[in-house]
Amino acid sequence: MTRGDHIFRAAREAAWATLVVAGLGFPIIAYRAEPDFNNALMLQARWPLFFEFCLAAFVLRFALALWSGGAAKAVARERIWRKPGWLGPVALAVLVVYPIAIVGALGPQAALKWVDTYGVQILIYVLLGWGLNITVGLAGLLDLGYAAFYAVGAYAYALIAPATGLGFWALLPVCGLLAAFWGFCIGFPVLRLRGDYLAIVTLAFAEIVRIVLINWDVVTHGEAGLFGFPGLNFFGLPFIPGPRGFAAHVGLPFAGVHKPIFLYYLVLVLALAANFVSLRLRRLPLGRAWEALREDEIACRALGLDTANIKLTAFALGAFFAGVAGCLFALRQGFVSPSAFTFSESALILAIVVLGGGGSQLGVAVAAVFLVGASELLRELTFLKSVFGEDFDPAQYRMLLVGLAMVGMMNFRPRGLVSTREPTIRLGPEPAK
Amino acid sequence: MSARWIDDPILRVDALTMRFGGLVAVNEVSFAAGRGDITALIGPNGAGKTTLFNCLTGFYQPTSGRIAFSPERLDAEKIERLTRSARKSDGDTFLLERMADHEIVRKARLARTFQNIRLFQGMSALENLMIAQGRSLSRAAGFSVLGLLGAPSWRRAERAAVDRAAGWLERIGLTGRADDPAGELPYGDQRRLEIARAMCTNPALLCLDEPAAGLNATESRDLADLLRAIRDEGETSILLIEHDMSVVMRISDHVVVLDYGQKIADGSPVEVRENSAVIAAYLGVEETDEPAAEAALAESAKTGSDAT
Amino acid sequence: MEIFLQQIINGVTLGSIYGLIAIGYTMVYGIIGMVNFAHGDVFMLSAFIALLLLLLLTQMLGLAAAPAFVAAMVASMALTALWNYAIERVAYRRLRSSFRLAPLISAIGMSTFLANFVTVTQGPNNKSIPPMWDDVIKITSGGAYDVTLSYKQILIVAVTGALLAAFWFVVQKTALGRAQRACEQDAKMAALLGVDVNRTVALTFVIGAALAAVAGSLYLLQYGVVKSSDGFVPGVKAFTAAVLGGIGSLPGAVLGGLLIGLIETLWGQYFSSDYKDVAAFSVLAITLIFMPSGLMGRPDVEKV
Ligand SMILES: Nc1ncnc2c1ncn2[C@@H]1O[C@H](COP(=O)(O)OP(=O)(O)OP(=O)(O)O)[C@@H](O)[C@H]1O
Ligand SMILES: [Mg+2]
Repeated sequence: MTRGDHIFRAAREAAWATLVVAGLGFPIIAYRAEPDFNNALMLQARWPLFFEFCLAAFVLRFALALWSGGAAKAVARERIWRKPGWLGPVALAVLVVYPIAIVGALGPQAALKWVDTYGVQILIYVLLGWGLNITVGLAGLLDLGYAAFYAVGAYAYALIAPATGLGFWALLPVCGLLAAFWGFCIGFPVLRLRGDYLAIVTLAFAEIVRIVLINWDVVTHGEAGLFGFPGLNFFGLPFIPGPRGFAAHVGLPFAGVHKPIFLYYLVLVLALAANFVSLRLRRLPLGRAWEALREDEIACRALGLDTANIKLTAFALGAFFAGVAGCLFALRQGFVSPSAFTFSESALILAIVVLGGGGSQLGVAVAAVFLVGASELLRELTFLKSVFGEDFDPAQYRMLLVGLAMVGMMNFRPRGLVSTREPTIRLGPEPAK
Repeated sequence: MSARWIDDPILRVDALTMRFGGLVAVNEVSFAAGRGDITALIGPNGAGKTTLFNCLTGFYQPTSGRIAFSPERLDAEKIERLTRSARKSDGDTFLLERMADHEIVRKARLARTFQNIRLFQGMSALENLMIAQGRSLSRAAGFSVLGLLGAPSWRRAERAAVDRAAGWLERIGLTGRADDPAGELPYGDQRRLEIARAMCTNPALLCLDEPAAGLNATESRDLADLLRAIRDEGETSILLIEHDMSVVMRISDHVVVLDYGQKIADGSPVEVRENSAVIAAYLGVEETDEPAAEAALAESAKTGSDAT
Repeated sequence: MEIFLQQIINGVTLGSIYGLIAIGYTMVYGIIGMVNFAHGDVFMLSAFIALLLLLLLTQMLGLAAAPAFVAAMVASMALTALWNYAIERVAYRRLRSSFRLAPLISAIGMSTFLANFVTVTQGPNNKSIPPMWDDVIKITSGGAYDVTLSYKQILIVAVTGALLAAFWFVVQKTALGRAQRACEQDAKMAALLGVDVNRTVALTFVIGAALAAVAGSLYLLQYGVVKSSDGFVPGVKAFTAAVLGGIGSLPGAVLGGLLIGLIETLWGQYFSSDYKDVAAFSVLAITLIFMPSGLMGRPDVEKV
């Protein structure tokens, strides 16, 4: 094929793609319906935007056709990336130093946001990701209702703490166990189902939980949610100004950042514990059985494994971590409401696991940092508002990109990092790095 | 010659029937398999062999019939007593049609392989064998608690399991590839690995669904040697579905023939080879072509026995 | 009694819409064994396309409401079909032989994308059109409550019935239907026998989308309002309908849709409208757990 032919074909492909994009974009991109003063919908034309999309489609498709028709035809061998040995300790050191370094650099006032929004929030998502990773990544059970267990943990703390006066040390495991119990109860009837049906039933259960939270006003206060429950304290010392507070006791000037810093370390320790348990379990018969279940359930049964029990433990342990994370969420926010536990939340956590490459601890953590951190960063960039208009909400763009990323991941690396999975036990020596 | 499948059976199937809607895949089949024997189950495509296996191992719930099994001794009177009761087992005698698949493997000690290989593809060969020992190991791991803490008793148990797995890998010639994903092994190795994995569950009866399918002549011969060695160790009896007549004739002690879901012959390899119904059914030829079929079957059997 | 009758009428209307969406779920599941999670969002998208086209035709071209609506619906069918064609091509086609959860995860990604795409391009708020074609027939009057049946409702039920009949014909009598059934049985074998599997699957998605677009347009007509998060709940309910009717069965999908519509409206009337979604979700869970082959589906034994 000559070069001319090649370019011609690429152009033809690109023209087709442009036509398709034009069809997809009309009228949804070309027009926008907005209510006017009388609340009647009026159309606003956005033809420039529409043509930009078409142009982008042409250029991208053209480039792709040229590229894929050319030299890159040779099948690219998947490069196996091995985690270097120093990565773990360095990452841990960075995590430990992070809040102190931020406070040192920015002062306690400016650091608050960095410790709380970026530090604590992201770590909670890491914990959630690692928890769901057990159910989805290791055992291969698609749980679309993970936010329900998260909600159980959060509401458990918000309801039990004021009622019993128990502190969070006692309630952390209680929240986890309650969520695990729910995981057990929901898991039990659905175990016989095929993978995709199981996913849909978990979704249905989660929606039921959420609707009950919204409507059971007497207990949950509906959409308004619960607040005013006891917050965090440092071994009995509350984080308040004045002589009885933590700051006065240790002789520091009071600062709002103390509480998030303490919470940060608390979440960090719990997340590391979750990580340790997951990694250890993978080398135990239970963890191996989870992975075997993901690979081939029928073969598991032929080896005498009780698949029902194995699924239940995966479900319950995943839910346990979600319950603990829910408790931490309540401690961080100081209030809980049903709007934090929608399907979109489940989808976000699932995306963290999927994009992290189901099964990989490091991948999940990186995905959490990226997905949660990046959208918070976008929120900061106020100039975006001047570009995209006042109601610009980066969270929408985040979920839009997350959706596309999930599709892309399934198409190009469907098993994520699992395809380069390390065996949990070796007969021979470790391969050279 | 007294036949072991009559005197000392390990498995007895009585009037087993399996229906799928209108299709009767297995129709009133009765036979017994002898303890310490290699019993071959043969028949043309679609005869119902795999379906029968699935009933034995609890993957299908048979429509009717009885499957009695005992790793130690199968006693007719005990079977009758058990049948009348509602129980699944009495001591070491089991009624498999009443049990769930994982119980059959764990308690009655049946193990199986699949016609289309079912290894844990993404996991290493060694891990495949470790999972097969998961039952006993998980007890040693104190249901994960001791294992999480890294208790010495757990470490010892794990080492023993690895040794056992390594022994099997050695036996099937896969020591060098122990740490490679099972899905990346050549086809013949996968077949043998699946057998080794089944053996790691410590079975009294090993059920193999077409283990020689897709193997070349040398590989089939090695496989036959392996199966004979397993039988000769005396711990495990074998029930085998096989199309390759050279393998069947060479290693089996007893042959059961199915056609269209019905048993049409049952006996020693020599008896079955000369049975005209088998020749007609198995080779799928009309009665008139019988001499040709007989010749063909004799031919394939001869290559089998020659190779021994 | 009047209220009951009215709720039956409303339930059947709503159920017809669910039924139309459910056909899309059931056909795709039948042919490639995949829960097309994004189908609810395709429905929502089609309603938006119809809305924009309707505004375009009435405001810019000055058409009367009725012809504008019909034109918008037909155009929305075509455009939504194109969308679903593109979605199948981009998000699902390569995954048919991938690991078993890959298509579902991809579909969840697609669903997330579509919902947020519409939010980003059209805003997150309710979009409502002025009511049109509001004439009603009074079935009973004089009592405490007038039971009414609107022309819209008649239209919705009639369209659903006609489409179901057309569909039944396609599946039973045409080459496409035969190809679909062949792929359903065994895609590899069908391919060997000369059935173009890719084309058949693509056509299935196209048809499913066109029906969803009819549902989307009728939904807009009946309720007069749509927003970008409207894909999720109706989507799950339509899936429930498909499962309840027996997934893979066309009449089952419509029957399931009607049942779900009725359960929802009656539950909302007599028990609690706050918990009406709980009714639908519970039906979903209960059906899947206790009766996975539904009312009209075939039971299947997992082949080992
Ligand atoms: N789960 C099932 N549902 C419906 N029909 C089935 C099922 N399993 C098996 N069958 C049918 O039962 C019959 C016997 O099948 P089976 O797989 O037992 O044959 P086989 O003797 O193992 O054949 P082969 O030599 O090809 O492996 C076939 O007609 C098959 O289609
Ligand atoms: Mg077979």
